[in-house]
Amino acid sequence: MTTQKGYLDMDLLRFTTAGSVDDGKSTLIGRLLYDCKSIFEDQLEAVEESSKKRGDAIVNLALLTDGLKAEREQGITIDVAYRYFATPKRKFIISDTPGHIQYTRNMVTGASTASLAIILVDARKGVIEQTCRHSFIASLLQIQHVIVAVNKMDLVDYKEEVFDQIVKDYEGFSSRLEIPHIDFIPISALHGDNVVEKSAAMPWYKGGTLLYTLEHVFIGNEHNHVDARFPVQWVIRPQSKEHHDFRGFGGRVAGGVFKKGDEITVQPSGFRSKIKGIHTFEGEVPEAFAPMSVSITLEDEIDISRGDMIVKQNNPPRVEQDIDAMICWFSESTQLQLGRKYTIRHTTREAKCIIKETKYKVDVNTLHKIEDDLEVGLNDIARISFRTSTPLLHDSYKRNRQTGSFIIVDDATNATVAAGMII
Amino acid sequence: MHTYRLTHLKALEAEAIFIMREVASQFEKPVLLFSGGKDSIVMVRLAQKAFHPAKIPFSFMHVDTGHNFPETIEFRDKLVKEVGANLIVRTVQESIDKGRATEEKGPQASRNMLQTVTLLDALEEFQFTAAIGGARRDEEKARAKERFFSHRNEFGQWDPKNQRPELWNLFNGNMHMAEHFRIFPLSNWTEMDVWQYIKMEELSLPSVYFSHEREVIHRNGIYLANSEYLTLGKDEFVENMVVRCRTVGDMTCTGVVASPASNVDDIIAEVAAARVTERGGRTDDKRSETAMEDRKKDGYF
Repeated sequence: MTTQKGYLDMDLLRFTTAGSVDDGKSTLIGRLLYDCKSIFEDQLEAVEESSKKRGDAIVNLALLTDGLKAEREQGITIDVAYRYFATPKRKFIISDTPGHIQYTRNMVTGASTASLAIILVDARKGVIEQTCRHSFIASLLQIQHVIVAVNKMDLVDYKEEVFDQIVKDYEGFSSRLEIPHIDFIPISALHGDNVVEKSAAMPWYKGGTLLYTLEHVFIGNEHNHVDARFPVQWVIRPQSKEHHDFRGFGGRVAGGVFKKGDEITVQPSGFRSKIKGIHTFEGEVPEAFAPMSVSITLEDEIDISRGDMIVKQNNPPRVEQDIDAMICWFSESTQLQLGRKYTIRHTTREAKCIIKETKYKVDVNTLHKIEDDLEVGLNDIARISFRTSTPLLHDSYKRNRQTGSFIIVDDATNATVAAGMII
Repeated sequence: MHTYRLTHLKALEAEAIFIMREVASQFEKPVLLFSGGKDSIVMVRLAQKAFHPAKIPFSFMHVDTGHNFPETIEFRDKLVKEVGANLIVRTVQESIDKGRATEEKGPQASRNMLQTVTLLDALEEFQFTAAIGGARRDEEKARAKERFFSHRNEFGQWDPKNQRPELWNLFNGNMHMAEHFRIFPLSNWTEMDVWQYIKMEELSLPSVYFSHEREVIHRNGIYLANSEYLTLGKDEFVENMVVRCRTVGDMTCTGVVASPASNVDDIIAEVAAARVTERGGRTDDKRSETAMEDRKKDGYF
């Protein structure tokens, strides 16, 4: 059956959307969901009814993504909302983050799991401060692919010159960022131009529609397949008659490829062994790569527990306690305190850490370094150095998003107060 | 060239297995909420995969309204036996008998809301620190804001405006005494993903999910299965229809849909063409615009 083959062979693409207030982001998402038949009649009816109640003149598609009472009442989005749609080629997960100035935190969260970012630009306003900020965050989070969607082309008479100028302005500042692939697409989310269907109003645009681009973007490079990294999550010991001697290390491959027979080292102990088997519920598999969840058995009996990392002998991670990183501060109620102890969560490892120094903060709008004000509070992005109670088995975030990222937890409140990327 | 690629179902599966193992590692005493519905059946399979060849390292619990499709309970008991799990059942009836909850009155009465009391009491009774549930973000707008690891305060309440951000693969399950977490491994799954996974894994399901003839009554635009728990209103009557359940819950508030779909392939085709959400047939969500959010804040699933 062809339909069967279809859904058993679809990709998964996670993307995030960023735009400033009134860029038409909710309309765009509503349009994508609607045109891909992922909005249902009862949802639409509910939105129509709420729009009427609020006195909106048109059906407000933003209400589809704003799920909480406070959001609907105040017309704002509080934090990241997740939306889903699929075409026969791919399933998409959208992390939709609000565009308000104070919400750097939310975009960092949404971007952390995304392989692609759509950045909306209002054709009438062009590249503005917030466009720079969103692009900087996408670059900081190492998103490999950005689509700059120039929206509201209908309001500038679908003029090619307007679009070309925005492309030129954007390329002007994005050359300072690290985004390997940037696509520009002129659209009208409201009228559907170049979203799912090609626009008849912009014959000068020869590229693909937004949906076509989302369906065809290369996503094979979203995981590191070079440096073999297996953070041990859970030790599987059946202790049953049948599997008496089974001792498997459960985890999710965070990088590289593991094969039966590979010579490995366990960090941080340094013990060496060979992979005896890679196991799944369905049976043994010849190899495992990111982001597969498997369990690994070894030839030798060595002491391994959660937080340890299985790596290949010729390619170790960094094993260090003094680390430099870029962080984004998430807490509304507390600022970063130098010298204070925090808990750090990195891969499956937990440690204590002390922040030794704030080196500088980054002005997310201008990308300038701030060195005269080093107070780190909500939404600030800063470069810090810290020391951990036990070594972190890590790579730079640029090399591996899984082994290069961490969160900081405040022990008093248990809140996640910062997200970090190791330099 | 060799390409390293997972299909969307395998990627969702790998993520859910990761969550299952993370729960076992981070929490002292987790429990898997198991109703015998399709989402909880998928969760059982994912838990098996996460810990294979060992047994699933947590108990199952069913919060039972007493208004069940008998087929579901039969199926529940069979599956529990198959996987060798320990099943705890706590009933809304007990909560009512103990005076912890009061039965709703009138023809629209439902025990759906009362489940919250039973659930919270049971979590306290067994000192569970994490309850794994099958809720998905695509189900309902308030659930779209949920986390994989969702914090509950000492009263079991959810504070949607003050949730912990979740980044990368890093989940923060740190908590104070008497608090707990709700864990949702299927957060990123849609109804379609669940059915496709059931097909891929060849999972068996309670028969109510497939087309059968049943007595129904029409109420508020929804067909409810006739049962001893329903009181007929004025102008309401019992009729026979060929139906199936899109979701399985309390019989008094879970609608059935007219459908000839008699196998998983048919259902996948039906879901692909559906123009109404899965919970569109749930009268519990229709009580107000924020019915789900309000219940969730109080500690509902």
